[in-house]
Amino acid sequence: MDTGNTAWILTSASLVLLMTPGLALFYGGMVRAKSVLNMMMMSFGALALIPVLWVLYGYSIAFGDDVGGGLLGDPTEFFGLKGLMTDDPEAALPAMAFVGFQAVFAIITVALISGAIADRAKFGSWMVFAGLWATIVYFPIAHWVFDFTLTGEDGVVTHTGGWIANNLKAIDFAGGTAVHINAGAAALALALVLGTRRGFGRDAMRPHNLTLVMIGAGLLWFGWFGFNAGSALAANNTASVVWVNTLVATAAATLGWLLLEKLRDGHSTSLGAASGVVAGLVAITPSCSAVSPIGAIIIGLLAGVLCALAVGLKYKLGYDDSLDVVGVHLVGGLWGTIAIGFLADPDAPAGVESLFFGGSVDQLWRQVVGALAVLVVSFVATYIIGTIIQKTMGFRIAEEDEVTGIDQVVHAESGYDFASLGSSGATAPLGGQARAEARNIEGSRA
Amino acid sequence: MKLVTAIVKPFKLDDVKNALELIGIAGLTVSEVQGFGRQRGHTEVYRGAEYQVDFVPKVRIEIVVGEIDAARVVDAIVESASTGQIGDGKVWVTTIDEIVRVRTGERGADAL
Repeated sequence: MDTGNTAWILTSASLVLLMTPGLALFYGGMVRAKSVLNMMMMSFGALALIPVLWVLYGYSIAFGDDVGGGLLGDPTEFFGLKGLMTDDPEAALPAMAFVGFQAVFAIITVALISGAIADRAKFGSWMVFAGLWATIVYFPIAHWVFDFTLTGEDGVVTHTGGWIANNLKAIDFAGGTAVHINAGAAALALALVLGTRRGFGRDAMRPHNLTLVMIGAGLLWFGWFGFNAGSALAANNTASVVWVNTLVATAAATLGWLLLEKLRDGHSTSLGAASGVVAGLVAITPSCSAVSPIGAIIIGLLAGVLCALAVGLKYKLGYDDSLDVVGVHLVGGLWGTIAIGFLADPDAPAGVESLFFGGSVDQLWRQVVGALAVLVVSFVATYIIGTIIQKTMGFRIAEEDEVTGIDQVVHAESGYDFASLGSSGATAPLGGQARAEARNIEGSRA
Repeated sequence: MKLVTAIVKPFKLDDVKNALELIGIAGLTVSEVQGFGRQRGHTEVYRGAEYQVDFVPKVRIEIVVGEIDAARVVDAIVESASTGQIGDGKVWVTTIDEIVRVRTGERGADAL
């Protein structure tokens, strides 16, 4: 047992946990004032639900012994984390440190999707979706990507992992496929299932509080060092290379986004800076162990430019991916994952050749297949789950409630409760109490 | 010259604006207001405690028009803002003594 490694992984897990409240701020600031609480609540809902599922059976589906084809771990092997509390002096890391570190990945992946359905999703339906999606989509895909086959000293396989990590051997260091392509494809499917908000493409729907967005982006960047450097699962050289690559790719992506905005629109915006930070972090997530710092700069710069161009697609194609989960996480995740095939440097910790470093296309096709497999499976499965919820319990709030504001109607609160005219103060003064009003109507009819 | 004032449900604002544009109304003023009519207020529960909420949010729309247009404006608002439920609001018309366009100093019907 190495206490230094253990300390770093527990620290990294805590850093990654902080990313989800950071995401809540990032997303919360981007919606209109009447939806800020609901937006943040979708992230906190994931924080409330996913750890429970993870302990019960999620960890076991992701990291239990493979039950066939590298598709799924055995859900019963570690049900309730049984057998994982005992101290094993031989293990490189306490099992529970790894359980905790991977749990926070599951939380943020679910929370990321919520950006596509801002202002309009029933909270209860979101929670049902979050549980189903984690169970059916995330836990198995985490198994594909993060669960490595283990062999004992005598060469006997002691644990069989997932197909992307062990059979395909695509490189995804910290979750470009399992987290970002996965969440991005799910976001696209869910945006299509729910449909556009009232006024989409006509009203500006500008962010109501960009200071929150920038604080959120800053917290995401901070937490992301745990996400990427922690994925080394040790406090070592790999973690250090990854740390520097994460720093510089993010910086380059921010520059790229701001530069593109300046040239195209005439202004570099704060929303562009915050989005550039996230685009760079997404793109370097799969590739941070496989490229040199110069490679990281190239990946980051292009991620900033590509994602800045991609976020405009939703208006052309007509899907209301409200906060650009598709444009940033799907596009950035695809770019970062596939870029390994072009820019991987054999001198980097992953030690693989690529098209530009060694002239091999072997890694490139593995990256493309891994990325597309996750994209397709996530999109199709999410579309089905979303449609079932839509047809049974309903996924969208009423149009009148959407105009009044989801915070007031669904949560009976408002993010900014300014002086009210002789009312209780517990509910919003302006912005509507339509649901209460409706109740009143029914009361008077009865 | 008439001032048409309408109090309507906030979510009907878009519909009213579109209806007024259709009959060629050139300008209007909107404000968020609170109040109650015959529906009175209502009680709400928050964190386990019950509160009396006296005022319901509404939107106030004000339009200045000539004598003839006033009736058409009233009809357009009533038609577009109606849901048939309690709390749909009210529309009233008042006579105006004088109007001045600030930029040019034009007065009366010229300033409309």
